[in-house]
Amino acid sequence: MASTPETEGQKPKHRPIVRIGIFIIAHSFIVSVVCCTAGVLALLLLPVLAKKTYVSENALMPGSAIPMITDQDVSGANNFINELTSLNSKSQSLNIEIPRLIALHMANLGGEVSYHMFQNQPNKFHPLHFFTSTDTEANNVNQTCESYATNTVGIIRAPRGDGKESIVLVTPYNPVNLSPNETLSLGIAYSVFSLLTQVSWLAKDIIWLAADSQHGQYNSVAAWLKDYHTPSFGGFGKLHDDECHISNDIIEMEVSDTLRRAGTMAAALVIKVANTGEAGEQDALNIYAEASNGQMPNLDLINVVSYLAVHGQGLRVQVDKLVSLLDSTWLKFIGEVFETVGKIARSVNPQWKFGISVKEYVEGSATLVSSLYNQALGVPTGSHGAFRDYQVDAITMEISPKLFSNSKGRQTELLFRGGRLVEGVIRSVNNLLEKFHQSFFLYLLTSSNKFVSVGVYMIAFLLLVAPLPVLAASLFSDTIKSYVKSEKNQPFKSWRWLYPTKTVFLVHLWGAIISLLPYFIYQIPDSQPTSRLLIWASLSLFILIVLGSFFRARSAEWALLKSVTVSSAFIGLCLMSVINFATAEIGALLLVPMCLMTKPWRVAGKVQSALNLVLVIIGFPGATFFVVKSVLGFENGSSLVEFWYWVESLWAWNSATYIYICMVHLPCWILCIYILLHPC
Amino acid sequence: MSRFLSISILLLFVLHVSSESAGEEEFTEELLFRPLPDRKVLSHFHFESRAPPTNSYGHHHRLFPKAIYQLVHKYRIKQMELSFTQGRWNYDSWGGFDPIASSNAKPPGVELWAVFGVPPDQVDASWKNLTHTLSGLFCASINFLESSTAYSAPDWSFRSLSGNLRYGSLPREAVCTENLTPWLKLLPCRDKSGLSSLMNRPSIYSGFYHSQRLHLTSDEFDPVALHGIMLEQTLTIVLQPDSLETHPSFSGSRKLQPSWSMSSLFGKTVDGKCALAKSSNVYVQLEGSLVYNMKNTWNSIDSYEGDSNFGFTVSPDRMMKEINSIDKEGYSILYGFSINNDHSSKPFDLGFWWKLPVTWSCVKAPLRVSRFLMGSGNEKGAIALSLQSTEWSQSLLKADNNGEKCNLRVDVFQLVPWYIKVYYHTTKIYVDGASQSLGDIIEKMSVSPSEDKVSPGVMEMILRLPCDMKSASLTLEFDKGFLHIDEYPPDANQGFDIPSAIISYPDFQTRLQYKLDTTSIKSPMVSKMQERRTILSYTEVLLVPLTTPDFSMPYNVITITCTVFALYFGSLLNALRRRVGEEERLRKSKDKSTGKLRLLLSKLSAKLRGKPWEPPSSTPPSSSSKFISTKVVIKIILIAAIAFGWQYYDG
Repeated sequence: MASTPETEGQKPKHRPIVRIGIFIIAHSFIVSVVCCTAGVLALLLLPVLAKKTYVSENALMPGSAIPMITDQDVSGANNFINELTSLNSKSQSLNIEIPRLIALHMANLGGEVSYHMFQNQPNKFHPLHFFTSTDTEANNVNQTCESYATNTVGIIRAPRGDGKESIVLVTPYNPVNLSPNETLSLGIAYSVFSLLTQVSWLAKDIIWLAADSQHGQYNSVAAWLKDYHTPSFGGFGKLHDDECHISNDIIEMEVSDTLRRAGTMAAALVIKVANTGEAGEQDALNIYAEASNGQMPNLDLINVVSYLAVHGQGLRVQVDKLVSLLDSTWLKFIGEVFETVGKIARSVNPQWKFGISVKEYVEGSATLVSSLYNQALGVPTGSHGAFRDYQVDAITMEISPKLFSNSKGRQTELLFRGGRLVEGVIRSVNNLLEKFHQSFFLYLLTSSNKFVSVGVYMIAFLLLVAPLPVLAASLFSDTIKSYVKSEKNQPFKSWRWLYPTKTVFLVHLWGAIISLLPYFIYQIPDSQPTSRLLIWASLSLFILIVLGSFFRARSAEWALLKSVTVSSAFIGLCLMSVINFATAEIGALLLVPMCLMTKPWRVAGKVQSALNLVLVIIGFPGATFFVVKSVLGFENGSSLVEFWYWVESLWAWNSATYIYICMVHLPCWILCIYILLHPC
Repeated sequence: MSRFLSISILLLFVLHVSSESAGEEEFTEELLFRPLPDRKVLSHFHFESRAPPTNSYGHHHRLFPKAIYQLVHKYRIKQMELSFTQGRWNYDSWGGFDPIASSNAKPPGVELWAVFGVPPDQVDASWKNLTHTLSGLFCASINFLESSTAYSAPDWSFRSLSGNLRYGSLPREAVCTENLTPWLKLLPCRDKSGLSSLMNRPSIYSGFYHSQRLHLTSDEFDPVALHGIMLEQTLTIVLQPDSLETHPSFSGSRKLQPSWSMSSLFGKTVDGKCALAKSSNVYVQLEGSLVYNMKNTWNSIDSYEGDSNFGFTVSPDRMMKEINSIDKEGYSILYGFSINNDHSSKPFDLGFWWKLPVTWSCVKAPLRVSRFLMGSGNEKGAIALSLQSTEWSQSLLKADNNGEKCNLRVDVFQLVPWYIKVYYHTTKIYVDGASQSLGDIIEKMSVSPSEDKVSPGVMEMILRLPCDMKSASLTLEFDKGFLHIDEYPPDANQGFDIPSAIISYPDFQTRLQYKLDTTSIKSPMVSKMQERRTILSYTEVLLVPLTTPDFSMPYNVITITCTVFALYFGSLLNALRRRVGEEERLRKSKDKSTGKLRLLLSKLSAKLRGKPWEPPSSTPPSSSSKFISTKVVIKIILIAAIAFGWQYYDG
């Protein structure tokens, strides 16, 4: 009772969790440094933490059956290839003759054949159609028959199946300029198709889509998928189609012009043969899996393919990797460090196996970087990307023979290998009762048989992003404290953050406006990419100035402004991580140091100002593009034009990365510059 | 119109049946072979058992299966059909117009419909009991049709007989020998002798289509029972005869069709007829267009021998020609072979071979129907029904009524499970690519929307399509519903089935009328073919992927609930037990007094004032916290050292 008056003077004690919060905010600098370093370190550790892949769905049972492809199938495929090649050298109207020849062979094998005619839909920028399907029915006027491309679709109905599900095989080829590797891929599909018409174990229908890729490989598949899933019944294009039929009165066969369907698609395989042979002892198989906006097919599909390729056909499976990273010394150095750490750990306890060899590490990180980049870009790496838009798991299997020769024996061997591989994959998928759902959808590959799952790679991102709210809170509380000290009588002291928020909001609004600008720039006829880029840049600058002058923002305290900027960057990055993780990860690498470091040059020391300047320069998307290009050593063409095409590809593919750059990255960059130049 | 037709059919049927002697039980077995254009062979077994009316014959039967008799009587069944099907009927190449195709092409899985002779309020109860009985009888999960979400009562579009009709189908039911064995048990000879001995399981299940059907008709409960119960059991199989050349090459279309025989198709022969059967016949049917295409090389049709394109190993006992053929070009021919019971002769093994190559095509259904899903994603979609005219139907319609604007009547019956929430108001119809107003095309439509977890959505429609149209499509939009976690079937990630829609063409009646010569015996199968019947065709089963939860979710829920409970009770107990004043005082005293003595003194004074009875042993907790913390630190270090040492030496 005597102690009660003494307690009043003291501050009430907080709960432990609040105390920890206050502690962290008070030491925001150390926390930021530690978290950022840990984040980068965790990212570098990812190849070490990668786990071996395993087939998760038991029903797949890859390789449990003996391949059934016979000499007959392969010799049929050889004949088919010969006919294609002879037709290619002879005939004039190849874009009609080749589909007809393929259709004839499909029909003779016992497939149900139909043609799918489509027109090239030029990629246009539709600013309001980012996450919706584009409705492009209006612009198919004044097209001649020549502009139609013809996909040939052959369907095998499973003898005892109920026809609810199907597996799709895609072979893209260009009828106008048929190359030997495309004929070979058609041959592989032929041999598989020929086998599958006779087998009794099919439970799902098989669709072979010989995709006419004269308007692009992706477009042909996308056009077919669109008509398969959302046909337009009321179009006038149909009438036009009638005049352009491939007449099939000469050869007796039933080819339907209406699109034949075969149930829900379970999986799709795009079969390709690489153009150039690679030096190596084995034939190789390249797997491409990235679809739009960093979506990946189920890991089980990749597992099955790589398992069958390695164990069944003795192919060397490889995933796309950044070749220029393989020789980088700093990566080797990091690899050596990890290797020694791993060795020490193993000497302490032989069961700790987290060290990997330098070569493995370097290869793993080269693959990881390429995987991250491809996902971040949000542009599909092949025609399999079109399937992902309809929730169908699909990958591209590109067989690259060690030496491409036209010799008969070599061709037969390749047909056998490719055919057996595809047969095995189809057999596995055919076993599936449910759709792919057991294994991972969110992962990064570090090699064809190693992956980093979402639970692991999230850590790196979270560590990178964690300092942002801490810094924002600490800046805010500091300002409020100093403010309280200086002028006690101000009534609305806690509303001070509204002014910087207005500025930040205006800059983000600017970001939204400039993201729509390309639509209007495209209305200007006959403009060059460089001039378009310059128009875009100058218009953006103009709008920024106009916005700045109209809403003359009260020059707020830089600390508060930085606090709001940092929190908006945090929100933006977190939102993006849900949409496309890889973009958010790369974005965080660029944005977080810039946001954390930025300070008015008058307040900051010389060293920090210089560092800020460097960070800000690197942080500009264009500059980042050039720096990355020159570091990784791709330099081709005029850089400005190249940049424009890069940006163009982003919106043409409806990539969310474009929105991220315009609405999160650029505004934050502008705000950082604003803070840097702040007159205090 | 339809009523008149049905009455006339019924009248015809009654007249036809009454002419027969209805006094005795009868069992007949028949088998029909028909070469199909795509190098396959259709074999159609037809077994028919008849029981005379109970009031004239009594309850005891020699031949008629007791199980069926009891079933009919218990549930007062007027008519019932149950089919087990594996594979799909290929309407394009196997035909969709002839009586066999339109009555034996069934949707995959199990389909059951029944008409009951009970008051309307008891129909549902009878249906439920019937499904359970059949489920036990045929070793199948027909009992899943018991739930009111699985069956419906079509009003007028399915069969013209309405009222007490119930219809249900299970598209996912797997069909195998376990369903065939009980079906064979209903035959008096089982598969021990007679035609059913051909049913070698591996060969009949390795075909392209396998449909086992059971059709019951009874007039037991009519005021005047004329012909009792009729049980018709059919098994329709499409088999691929083994041919020497597996690969049709380029001249494939000009190739000889594969020859076949009973032993090559089934791996068995018939030793003799079933002793209990009244008649046992095998038929080979050649379609009209096939006969027409062969005419060029065939001099005299009446005798197949000589210059014909084909030959039999056994000479046919009789030949029947089709009269009043719808197909103007050719008429179908039926060759009949009787199996007699002389055991001395060698087993009956009918063979058929081709001498010259020939191509032909089957008579297709008036429209080619396909149904598919539109859209993607887990939120919504659309069902599209596309109807395409076949050339044959066009020519027929032109011939039928030239001049006036003709139209083609199409009846659609569609059953949709409740979790597919169809918005019937979004119905759109396109004819030849142009959107049409519903009133122009739909003559009659009755819809009963689904009720969640209670009843499926049913749509019945009569469409009047112009004859000269090339294609028409009908789309219906739907939303995908959510199921409760324990309503998901096993393998929920496969998706959910929408049963086949039934398309019928009441304008067209199919019948094959054969000129019966005097020598021919009464054949139930042939008389079945002569009945007029509406053409039916089934669409594909659709698979709709629905959102499925992660089924490890219950585990996650349990863990998170436990965590929440632990946190809640922890903080609640904390709040209840905590004495803030005491704590403050403790902290104060800790801050002030570093010496043990002072602390002890204050403690003592407190004790003297407040609780003198408390034993002095309670003092240790009040000893300085610094002491405890060093102790704790030492303990932790000790444990860590032990753990490290263990890890090091043990590993």
